[in-house]
Amino acid sequence: MFKVIDKSIIGADEMILNMGPQHPSTHGVLRLKIVTDGEIVSHIEPIIGYLHRCFEKHCENLSYEQIVPFTDRCDYLASMHMGHAYSLAVEKLLDVKIPERVEYIRVIVSELQRISSHLIAVGVFGLDVGAITPFTWTLRDRERILDLFEQLSGARLLYNYICPGGVMHDLPPNFISRTEDFLNYFEPKMVEVNDLLTTNKIFIERTADVGILPIDVGLNYGVSGPSLRASGVANDLRKDEPYSIYDKFDFDVPVGKGDMGTVGDCWDRYWVRVKEIEESIKILRQAIKSIPKHDGDIHESRPKKIRPMKGEVYSRYESARGDVGFYIRSDGKNVPTRLKMRSPAYCNLSILNEISSGWMMSDVITILGSLDIVLGEIDR
Amino acid sequence: MINKESVTKKFGDSITFLENDSILVSPDLWKEFSNFLEKNNFDYLMCITSYDLENDNMLGLAYNFYSTKLKKYQEVRLEFNSDVEIESVANIWKTADWHEREAYDLMGIKFVNHPDMKRILLPEDWEGHPLRKDYKEPDFYNGMPVPKDKSYWE
Repeated sequence: MFKVIDKSIIGADEMILNMGPQHPSTHGVLRLKIVTDGEIVSHIEPIIGYLHRCFEKHCENLSYEQIVPFTDRCDYLASMHMGHAYSLAVEKLLDVKIPERVEYIRVIVSELQRISSHLIAVGVFGLDVGAITPFTWTLRDRERILDLFEQLSGARLLYNYICPGGVMHDLPPNFISRTEDFLNYFEPKMVEVNDLLTTNKIFIERTADVGILPIDVGLNYGVSGPSLRASGVANDLRKDEPYSIYDKFDFDVPVGKGDMGTVGDCWDRYWVRVKEIEESIKILRQAIKSIPKHDGDIHESRPKKIRPMKGEVYSRYESARGDVGFYIRSDGKNVPTRLKMRSPAYCNLSILNEISSGWMMSDVITILGSLDIVLGEIDR
Repeated sequence: MINKESVTKKFGDSITFLENDSILVSPDLWKEFSNFLEKNNFDYLMCITSYDLENDNMLGLAYNFYSTKLKKYQEVRLEFNSDVEIESVANIWKTADWHEREAYDLMGIKFVNHPDMKRILLPEDWEGHPLRKDYKEPDFYNGMPVPKDKSYWE
């Protein structure tokens, strides 16, 4: 196993270095206060909150329907997931039954969103370690997904599409065939990513054996999603407790195996995301083949006015970044008394100090990139 | 959900079972109870939610646990007066570190034995805790007036 550099051999004074909040490698407005000993990091304190927009306070003054566009703006790279997670929580509170076609639509858009989010993660990770071409290539493919979403909801980034009790509209007439065309186009393109990054020697040298996250530490810090699965634990809510209709699909949960180095290193975190794109394609192919027709109104399950009974609910959802949770307290009004969002990237970022102490400054960028954080969701 | 009998055997009447299988623990028992949860394989703390009960300065905390070994959920709640200091569980579950800081920052809940208690989302010089129901928007922030007439924003 690769050894972390022993700090005692250098013996220089420690210095505090600020990275961010306007540093492109921090993926947004994140400030890292790094205590370094020469090139070697001894402590990192992430300082967050530069993008705090009082999401939870806003929610206490908005009706349940009005919160949907706000959830989109939390994780702006996976807006569909946020809307879906929030809708599941409200539906759990209301106890409504969703038509099967709507569930299929939700799965299709969620998986397309997962692909687009992972494409950004993979591309930007390449950019972080110095490979510029993969970023432009993954962005090119992501554009096609955004085109699909534009036809679906009119927006390219913040869709306001999945809402409590259903979706905003039915699929446009040629959406399924366009999705199929996209999959036929996109599936062979994954080879390009593998050629450019996965087996690239420089990329492997930069990422393999770097920033190893052991399973027990990850669980203790509440890390979830691909970042935890890279450590070798198959924790996926879509498989463990299938919400929506995920139990109807046949797919695998990719876990890190340490193919290029140690289990749970940056390369594994990257590789799990690439494999998840492939699994999402698998789910999409099954979903577009078996999506049923719906007789009657697609909006039939959408409540006219959302006014849940007094009570509390905690619901979990597997988003592109991990385990999104919504804790909603209702006291029988049309606004929630308290809405808390458990943000996966918030917990994933808190691991940074633990796994990057002892590594070089340039490895901090690699480790941060491999965690795939979105500051909109961390700061809320 | 945790085994009810083992809980009542150990803690007796000092805890209450609520309707959706969550447990209401009194704050002075919390340290003991958190150790008990850890021993019962609840290794994954998902979320800590702070809430304002809106009467008699009462605040609450909801801890959502998950056991990856047993595939079980458990919600534990504490309800207490806003002056009461709560024992930090950041030494058992590291997730609690940032979540407790957030609960302090936005709701003003005081924690003891926390490794690094300070504000997390708001600036260090912010006054008050915005998620309290009785929070009043300040007139000035660092000498800058806060706009009150928001009609032109809509």
